Parts: sequence; structure tokens; C-alpha cells
Amino acid sequence: MTDYNRRATLRAFSLGLAAALSVSASVAEAADDTVTIGYAVARTGPNATGAGITTIPNYELWVKTVNEAGGLAMPDGTKRMIEVVEYDDRSSNEDLVRAIERLASQDKVDIILPPWGTGSNLAIAPLMDRFGYLQLGVTNVTDKAPEFVERWPRSFWMLGGGHDYASGLVEMLSAAHDAGIINNEVAVVSVADGFGIDLINGARPAFEEAGFELVYDESYPLGTSDFAAIMNEAQNSGADSFVAFSYPPGSFGMTKTAQSMGFNPKVFFIGVGGAFPIFPGIADGKADGVLAIGGVNADSGAIQEYFARHTEVVGNPPDSWASAITYASLEMLEQAIAKVGVDNDALAEELNSGIFDTIIGEVKLEDNQLRDLWWVGQWQDGAFKGVNPADKEGAADPDIPKPEW
Amino acid sequence: MKLLLPLVALAALAYAPNLVSDYGLGLLIGAVTYVTLANGWALFSGHTHYVSLATVAFYGTGAYTVAVLNETLPYPLVLVAAAVIGATMALVVGLSTLRLAGVYFVIFTFGLAELVRQLITWYEVNITGTLGRYIFLDVTARDIYWQMLALGAATIALTAYVHRSRLGLALRVIGDDEVVAAHSGINLARSKLIAFVLSATILTLVGAVASPRSVYVEPAIVFNPTVSFLTVIMALLGGANRLWGPALGAVPLFLIFEWLSSNFPDTYPIFLGLLFIAVVFALPDGVLAGIERLRASRKERTA
Repeated sequence: MTDYNRRATLRAFSLGLAAALSVSASVAEAADDTVTIGYAVARTGPNATGAGITTIPNYELWVKTVNEAGGLAMPDGTKRMIEVVEYDDRSSNEDLVRAIERLASQDKVDIILPPWGTGSNLAIAPLMDRFGYLQLGVTNVTDKAPEFVERWPRSFWMLGGGHDYASGLVEMLSAAHDAGIINNEVAVVSVADGFGIDLINGARPAFEEAGFELVYDESYPLGTSDFAAIMNEAQNSGADSFVAFSYPPGSFGMTKTAQSMGFNPKVFFIGVGGAFPIFPGIADGKADGVLAIGGVNADSGAIQEYFARHTEVVGNPPDSWASAITYASLEMLEQAIAKVGVDNDALAEELNSGIFDTIIGEVKLEDNQLRDLWWVGQWQDGAFKGVNPADKEGAADPDIPKPEW
Repeated sequence: MKLLLPLVALAALAYAPNLVSDYGLGLLIGAVTYVTLANGWALFSGHTHYVSLATVAFYGTGAYTVAVLNETLPYPLVLVAAAVIGATMALVVGLSTLRLAGVYFVIFTFGLAELVRQLITWYEVNITGTLGRYIFLDVTARDIYWQMLALGAATIALTAYVHRSRLGLALRVIGDDEVVAAHSGINLARSKLIAFVLSATILTLVGAVASPRSVYVEPAIVFNPTVSFLTVIMALLGGANRLWGPALGAVPLFLIFEWLSSNFPDTYPIFLGLLFIAVVFALPDGVLAGIERLRASRKERTA
């Protein structure tokens, strides 16, 4: 390396830094006539995919919608525009915690919206509690929500727990078994991660109680990319039902593997990712009949409108599980603010006790938790529809057995 | 005088939480954490030139130890247990691998972090049947800061001591040429092993002390390889074989990352990459060495 080169590098580098500085100098100060809303979500790192599909687009869509309508309605009848303060938590809890401290003590925002993921929400819960902020958590699946609400009274848990999803699935399969459509053998795989384990721990006793036999029950490490061996054994197990408590890479990989090896179980259930808008593309247009976690009331006008607007503003449709609930949580926040203002204690109180009109219908929380949820959904005629709980409004009838690939 | 300045600085830093906001305290914790990590890393790698990417293997082990033991043991004992576990792990790993040199060592240490993570995952999935663990400890941000500061100060003091000791001399010779070192009667295995164990114990303790900051612990969260890479680049920026080098690299880089991530959440990784290239290309031996070279060339010019 010559001296000239080094000098040129330094010069180029300092120039770049100067340019960067001048761009950033325009971060505005919070004014009194706006409501400042802060959030720290993963723009980079392993959580960025989930945050980029479920969390960030809905935050942006909501802020845009509210501001275009003139701002948030306040109890005194005035309207205040939303001003956003946003940080990247780099998918690291340490950075996330610091970003929350920054939002609370430096930026002094009025409301802090939650990050994506169960671990992230748990990491900031004590801080949010100490700073007196409300934590309207959506993307966290945990069976311990009642315990957490007791510990942090302003925390909300809106996506249920592993046991809920597992029991919903078993309930649906039981009905199919009772109708004589499927045998009582199930092949189940689970990702070796907090989420997969929660679900399989809930599913094992539920399956057993309903008279099912787990003829194949294995976990696979996060990051597995070759599912041929797993799918082979599942196919050879003789089970009519294939159940995978998986993350998106696994859900997609298993779908493709099942297609290429001609594995056609009567029930094909996958975990996270099955409700993503890109799934039909992954399944080569043959998504119909695939069951997965989540669901929406696809016949509801509000949901259809939401899907259309999301597609128009964000550029792609939302996922059919947590996206709509994330957006609904923001609508609830908006309606609660119109009633009690931005005092976080009053907001938490109002959110827990009030009844809200949202895109997922009328919402009433129970003990800071949303319990009226879709546990299982299915691709039918190109749309992902909620099928369980079967008695929930808008529930579609499950299509079992699934048509061949 | 040489001792007075660091002591005054330490006292000022210990008093600092009374003056800053919660976010300021968060910044202090982050900065001191990375200073300690970079120093702990440099304790072994600085002189021997064995580039270790195992930082997060020990850091994560420390965090996991706290997660597993925080409900059964009093907190000080948990920290002691973390130190013992880290040291034992380093001893076992060191005995079997310090023969490796160059790129083989780098790759091995990178794999070590993944190995530990997968082992813990396997154990949790198949034996205990849970994966996430909770740390509900009554440790405030201030407590964490003071503990980390004490650990950082102890690490720098230890580094200063090692630099002057026979061990430091031995490590320097090993870094220059292992064959020469062996021929001049240095016990290679023993010197490397002692330094590796000391370094690993500190890294494990950093993980343990920092862990109550995030309530929830999962292998994928605490064994984040970015920690290893950041530690290396920070130590290299300052100058890994100098006493104040790692600290000089860690503080500005930490602040730059923080500033970038808040002002450019979308494009921050690009700046990060450019920064890495700039460090390696423009300052291959670290800032301190660069300043010295600059001074020397200026002296030459005036003479």
C-alpha cells in the first residue's frame, strides 16, 4: 500500500462523513402541538425480516393514514399530528434497551410502540414499566402473558400463547378424525427455538388427550436448510397428518421438499411463514389446502380494504396473521387517545376496559390480552382464511384432505 | 503521575451516573462494556496475534450462567460461578487447540461460538424442554454500570501488569516468532494457555454482568456473532498490543455505531462496512501506531 493510497482513502472517508453529517442535521425538535411516537425496531440483523413484514409497514401505514386525516383526535376535540422518532435496534437486545432509554429520557416521546419479537418485548418490559410507558405488544407469543401482566400492569399481549395454537390445531384435526377423513397418526417436527418448543410442548399432551399418536416427533436446529431426510421419515411414518412448528425458512423449505418428492399428506400444516403473502409463490401456485398458523376473516370488508390499502401504500400485501392485529392495535391506540389523551396510565386503563372498532372487528381485551384470535388458517382459492376457532365469526370450513400438489 | 490520571478518570466515571440521563447511563454502560471486551480480547490476542472470534462464546456463556443460576444462588456467587465456568471452558478449549495457528485458529474460534450455542440449544430442547430463560434480578442500570466499570478497570490494570511481567514478554516473543520463542526456552503452551484463560474469564464475566439488562435469554440472542466482530475491530482500531489501544478504539467506534443507527437506520450497515474498510486499509496497526508514525515522519522532515 502506498502513502498516496492511504491519504486518498482518508480523504474520501472524511468527505463521506461530512456529507453524512450534513444530511442528518435536520432532525426536528418535538413541538407541543404534535404527538411524538417513538419506536426501536430491527432494520438490520436476524429480526429484520419479521419486523419488515409485520411491524414496520403497519406503523408507517398507520402514521400516514392518521396524518393524512389531519392527525390524532384529542379528548378536547383538537387534532395533533404524529411525529415519529425511530431507531434501529440492530436485532440486539442491548441496543434495543439503550434505544428505549433514549426514547424515554432523551427524546421524551409521548408513546413508545413495541419492537418485533417475543424476546425483544420481554427485554424492554421492565424498562417500559419503570419509565411509565404503556407497552402495546403484539408480536409476542407466550403462555406466560397472565404472569407478565401482573408484573408489568401496563404491558399488553395480543397474539396468544403456544398452547392456544397447539390446542386449536388439535381441535380441528380431532373433528377431521371423528369424521373419518384422517387416521389417528401424526408426524410432527418442530424448530429448536423458543417458539417451536412452546408449541410442541403444548401440542404433545393435547394430541395425546384427543387420541392421536405421534408416530414421528423430531426437532431440527434453527438454520437447517435441507429437509429431505425429515420429510422422508415423515412420509414413511404412515401418518395422514404432517405438522411442522416451523419458522419461515423451514416452512418454505419443507413445502418445496414435499412438492419435489411428491409427499401428499391429507393434512399439511406449517408454522410461521405459511400466512405470508409470498407463500403461494413459494408453493409454485399450489398453496390451496395448506394449513398454517394465523388467519384473517377474509370475507370481511374492513380486512379487504386494509389489504388493498396496505398493498397500495407499502407495495405488497400484509401477512395474514400478525399484520392485521398490529394494525388493529394501533387503531385501538388511536381511539383510546381520542378518549383520554396521551397519559400512559389512563391509556392502559382505557385499552384494557374499552371496546374498540377495528379492522379485525370489535375488540375487547381480557386482562390486557387479546384472546379472540385465529389459531389456524388455510389457503383457499388463493386467499388465506381463518378456519379455527370454527365458531369465530367469518370462519371458513377446513378443506381436508388437501388436494395433491 | 502515570497512575494518578487513570485513577482520577476512574473516579470521575464512577461519579458520572449522577450527572447524566438514563440514556446517558445506557451509553456509558455500552461504552464501558465494549472497552472491557476489547481489552479482555487484547489480553490474549494483542501480543500473540492469534485472532480469536470466540469472544461471544464466552460472553454468551456468562449470560447463560446468570440465566440458569439467578434463582438458585445469590448474585455474587452467580458471578463467581460464571468466572469459574468461563475459565474451565477456556482451559479445556485452550489445551486442545492452542497448537493451531493462523487462519486455522480463527476458524476454530468462530466455530466454537456456534458449537457452544448448539450444545446449549440441544440440551435445553432435549433435556429441560424449554428454551428461553428469564432473568428477574433486582439489579439496576447503575449497579450494572459500576460493576462493569470495576471489571473494566481491573482488566486494564491486569493488562498493565501482564505487559511488564515475564508472561507479557513471553507473549510478545511468541507473537513475533513462535520458533524463536520455543528455542529461547519459553514454555509456549503454558504462556498461551494462561493468557487465554485470563482473557476468557474476563469475557465471560462481561457477559454475566451485562445480562440482567435484557430480561429474556435465548441462545440465538446471546450468541450473536456481531459481538465477536465488533470486539476485534475495536481493538484493532486502537491498537491491540498497547495498554490504552482497545479503549481508544472501542469508545469512538461504539459512539459512531450509536450515532449511525439512530440517524441512518436504513443505510447504517453500508456506513459500517465502509468504516471497517477504512480502519483496515488506512490504519492497519491502529490509531496509536498511526500517530506515532506521523510524529516520527514529521521529526524526520524537520531534522
